[in-house]
Amino acid sequence: MDGSEPDPRAGPFTGFPDASPATIGGAWQPPGSFGAAGRGPRLLSGGGRRATAVSTVSTLVVLGVLVAIFLLAPGSKQVRHVFFNPTDMWQSLIGNPKKGYYSVGEAIWLNIRMFLAAEVLILGLALFIALIRQSVSPVLFPFRVLSLIYVDFFRGVPLLLVLLAIGFGVPALRLPGVSTQSAAIYGVAALVLSYSAYVSEVYRAGLNSVHRSQTAAARSLGLSQSTTLRYVILPQAVRNIIPPLLNDFISLQKDTALVSTLGAIEANGAAQIYSSTVFNYSSYTVAAILFLILTIPLARFTDRLIDRDRRRRLAGAST
Amino acid sequence: MTGEAGTGEAGTGEAGTGEAGTGEAAAASGTAIEIAGLRKAFGANEVLRGIDLEVSTHEVICLIGASGSGKSTLLRCLNLLEPINAGRISLWGQEITAAGIDQNLVRRSIGIVFQSYNLFPHMSVLQNVTLAPRKALGTPRPAAEEEARELLSRFGLLDKEAEFPDRLSGGQQQRVAIVRALAMRPQIMLLDEVTSALDPELVAEVLDVIRELAAGGMTMLIATHEMGFARDIARRVCFLEEGRIIEDAPPAELFTDPKDERTRRFLRRIIAAGRL
Repeated sequence: MDGSEPDPRAGPFTGFPDASPATIGGAWQPPGSFGAAGRGPRLLSGGGRRATAVSTVSTLVVLGVLVAIFLLAPGSKQVRHVFFNPTDMWQSLIGNPKKGYYSVGEAIWLNIRMFLAAEVLILGLALFIALIRQSVSPVLFPFRVLSLIYVDFFRGVPLLLVLLAIGFGVPALRLPGVSTQSAAIYGVAALVLSYSAYVSEVYRAGLNSVHRSQTAAARSLGLSQSTTLRYVILPQAVRNIIPPLLNDFISLQKDTALVSTLGAIEANGAAQIYSSTVFNYSSYTVAAILFLILTIPLARFTDRLIDRDRRRRLAGAST
Repeated sequence: MTGEAGTGEAGTGEAGTGEAGTGEAAAASGTAIEIAGLRKAFGANEVLRGIDLEVSTHEVICLIGASGSGKSTLLRCLNLLEPINAGRISLWGQEITAAGIDQNLVRRSIGIVFQSYNLFPHMSVLQNVTLAPRKALGTPRPAAEEEARELLSRFGLLDKEAEFPDRLSGGQQQRVAIVRALAMRPQIMLLDEVTSALDPELVAEVLDVIRELAAGGMTMLIATHEMGFARDIARRVCFLEEGRIIEDAPPAELFTDPKDERTRRFLRRIIAAGRL
């Protein structure tokens, strides 16, 4: 396949009859490849040995070009020294309290702990909000309005501002017991407030994705509304939203880095301290690599779930 | 039609804890279902325009009529899945459409089976069947499972108890749906076009199950397009059109000598389609 030769059939379908399809942009594909692309989101969609060879070569070429640009850039040597210095990377990874900086490798555990705590709380709070928003009882009307305001507010305000408001606002209130918590606790609180708004919408989509006939079937058997929700609707809803949910959690994992603005010594904070002590940014590279080690497995796992779900649905549709 | 139906003669408006008991006592004889002046509209679309119908205990009645004639809506109203606009429905003398009635309690005595099976896809066959007895009646799991297995074996499904619905044929799924409804030991079964979604070769196995229920004395209201089946099984056949019961007669009479011109027209179309 060569994309340089415009296919006459492509013209009318592009919406730009005057433009040659090849000039529209890199996204253009010759029509002949639609079949392969339609097979799915897999990174290496099938197509035999020839396709594998082509993709290998093109990957090597692209990577080679990028590396060459990096290495040949006028400031390359400096950047490599400041961002990728092996000694600094190692020093910041293991830390050295005597010299006044923390281990980024240890600090990442705080990110993991904040992430896990926030995740559990978000799953609970978001479900609660989603159920209130889905309720129909007239008694709950004021709560429906409140939950709508909540979702609108926390989806609209940047997470960083929520963090600052809670991290500096709550201590200033000098409430006994509440205002004397650690930065990590305030950070988790802000993450939970902000993310619950998003995740409640994901839950809501999941609840709506379960067909109404399932409710009818359960209620017709004499099951109460809450039993129906608990045993029939929620299990199916949650199954449908696992991929988008994991997506949000991947982003939550790395947003724990923002808690460093409150002074928590998590990975990003430790890297910051190192860089301002030693005047070398390699610690940030270490933090970035650690975050990647955390998020990539979850991302691949999400991909696999999505793929499995798609195959199951295709199999279900064919019967 | 009685628009002001709210105050029925059944003076027992209190929550129906004794309902199942009194139902059982009266179940031996008499009128099982009494529908009077039932009206139901979805928005401006009036689907049921005054239905009056009495069903005796152990009686099997088939509802026939074109799609949209109101058969399904009537059954859904009987199961209280749809709130009604006017009229009343009584079971063995107790009005179930009155205010303050525990709908969940009523539904336990009326099983309904849908055209699209509506099995719970995330549960095995056994879990599908035992969910309601366990969670609505509080039957302990071992007892519920034993009862479920009894029912499953009665309908030739025992080897499927661990399967999930998407691994079953349409006929098997529909039989499981019937077993699931029966597991609540209902006194009345409502069947809503239960064979309409099935491949022709799977229809017979489901109809056999229904025949067995009829032979066992189950009171049933069956909405169906299977005219031959209706002729075989029903004591009475009701022809519905535009939300009204046009004709209500024993099958021998309704299918061979329909009185109403609209019934004749409907049956002519059915015969022309080769379905009678």
